[in-house]
Amino acid sequence: MIRQFTSAELLFLISSVRWTLLLSAIAFVGGATGGLLVAFARTSTWPWLRATAAGYIQIFQGTPLLMQLFLVFFGATFLGLNIDPLAAAAIGLTLNGAAFLGEIWRGCIQAIPKGQWEASTALGLHYFTRMKDIILPQAAKIAVAPTVGFLVLLVKSTSLASIIGFVELTRAGQIVNNATFRPFLVFGVVAVIYFILCWPLSLYSRHLEKKFGTVSR
Amino acid sequence: MNTAHEGQGHGHSEGQSPNLGAVAAPSKQSGPVMIRMEAVEKHYGTYHALKNVNLTVSLGERIVICGPSGSGKSTLIRCINALEHHQSGRIEVDGVEVGTSSKNLDKVRAEVGMVFQSFNLFPHLTVLQNCTLAPRKVRGLAPKEAEAIAMRYLERVRIPEQANKYPGQLSGGQQQRVAIARALCMSPKIMLFDEPTSALDPEMVKEVLDTMTSLAQDGMTMICVTHEMGFARQVADRVIFMDKGEIVEEGAPEDFFAHPKSERTRTFLGQILHH
Ligand SMILES: Nc1ncnc2c1ncn2[C@@H]1O[C@H](COP(=O)(O)OP(=O)(O)OP(=O)(O)O)[C@@H](O)[C@H]1O
Ligand SMILES: [Mg+2]
Repeated sequence: MIRQFTSAELLFLISSVRWTLLLSAIAFVGGATGGLLVAFARTSTWPWLRATAAGYIQIFQGTPLLMQLFLVFFGATFLGLNIDPLAAAAIGLTLNGAAFLGEIWRGCIQAIPKGQWEASTALGLHYFTRMKDIILPQAAKIAVAPTVGFLVLLVKSTSLASIIGFVELTRAGQIVNNATFRPFLVFGVVAVIYFILCWPLSLYSRHLEKKFGTVSR
Repeated sequence: MNTAHEGQGHGHSEGQSPNLGAVAAPSKQSGPVMIRMEAVEKHYGTYHALKNVNLTVSLGERIVICGPSGSGKSTLIRCINALEHHQSGRIEVDGVEVGTSSKNLDKVRAEVGMVFQSFNLFPHLTVLQNCTLAPRKVRGLAPKEAEAIAMRYLERVRIPEQANKYPGQLSGGQQQRVAIARALCMSPKIMLFDEPTSALDPEMVKEVLDTMTSLAQDGMTMICVTHEMGFARQVADRVIFMDKGEIVEEGAPEDFFAHPKSERTRTFLGQILHH
């Protein structure tokens, strides 16, 4: 009954990496889009919009990601929607990522000297142009390093999607372990694979930080 | 729209005076009104920053505003292009009321150029791009056209050869001249200067003041917050002294400096002229 941990098992683990990567990619694109909106809202001149965005950030930073995934997954079921685990995980991670990236990028936008806003306003540039041509290009420089840092966090966070039944790397590890009963070996391999995914990103983030100077918060 | 950019002049030709020294032209106070401030009040929270400010500036007039730190000089000129919003009273720029709708604000800001103490050039754009951005985005000019205008103004402030450098590669005086050119590229009807030479090393003050003087000679309507009293004497039609959010005294430079009426003005002038 008990299977050996063979190259077939290893291959199964490695092939599950694509689901980890897919979920990471979807959540990053979603989180980045949402994060940009949250950052704009947080730096808006309208107090109610700032407050709404601040509340959003507080909620998602103040509760465990796992609970957020549960709420999306079981909440959808509760509402009678048949949601598959990938979609639930993607939505949960997107909402969470929007809060974290929104807060990181708010800091980057606010790190741009007030004079840049004033000069572009005085020239008659509209909000959209001011953001796109003046503020964001400068903010992007200080944003890349922490953003790549967040991406590392995100890749690791996708492991929580295993708990709502999405078969990514961690879930694949559980499946292999259930068949082989070699938990230390199996999860050791899983951890190494995560490390191989994340380490280059961490290095890159550190490199970018040195290149652009440290983030002013 | 584009015709506004054709000429070097600013709709005002009397300034072509050949005599550089005698800038103080015949009184312009009867000309068309460019800026009208009536009973303007401005609060920052509970702090009363402008108290019943009344000021009328006619076409081609050169105003210098001075006063101690915190007296509201910056606040006053920043209310004109709505970088700050006043709470009561009325501000009109070239017949358009400031502060009623965002449509009006765009109109006003496009007509009013502003130069800051700290230059505020866009560091990620070249000098030329700094100058062409607003004409392209706000006036809708084609890139070529905007560049031609920008080069003309960069020549005017005597740094055309720096067009493709980044602001960080220029000296303070050069940066401030770029900032002036950038504002001029919008063909503003009014120029506001907020202590444009205060952040400069002494040897660079003159090049910026010369640029401003030449602008004045071309008939630009300008309000300059500055403590350069030599510039005030030579260029201003009117000097205004502010203290504690109020306009305390104003007058032609000859009278203002020779016979200041209020005690506060005398004290202030005593401090800045004798050090
Ligand atoms: N954004 C702001 N919020 C609160 N108070 C402000 C703000 N801007 C200016 N003030 C206050 O309003 C007063 C007038 O400021 P303002 O900058 O107009 O003075 P100023 O005459 O330009 O002084 P300086 O010569 O130092 O530039 C000061 O007491 C200042 O502290
Ligand atoms: Mg000031």
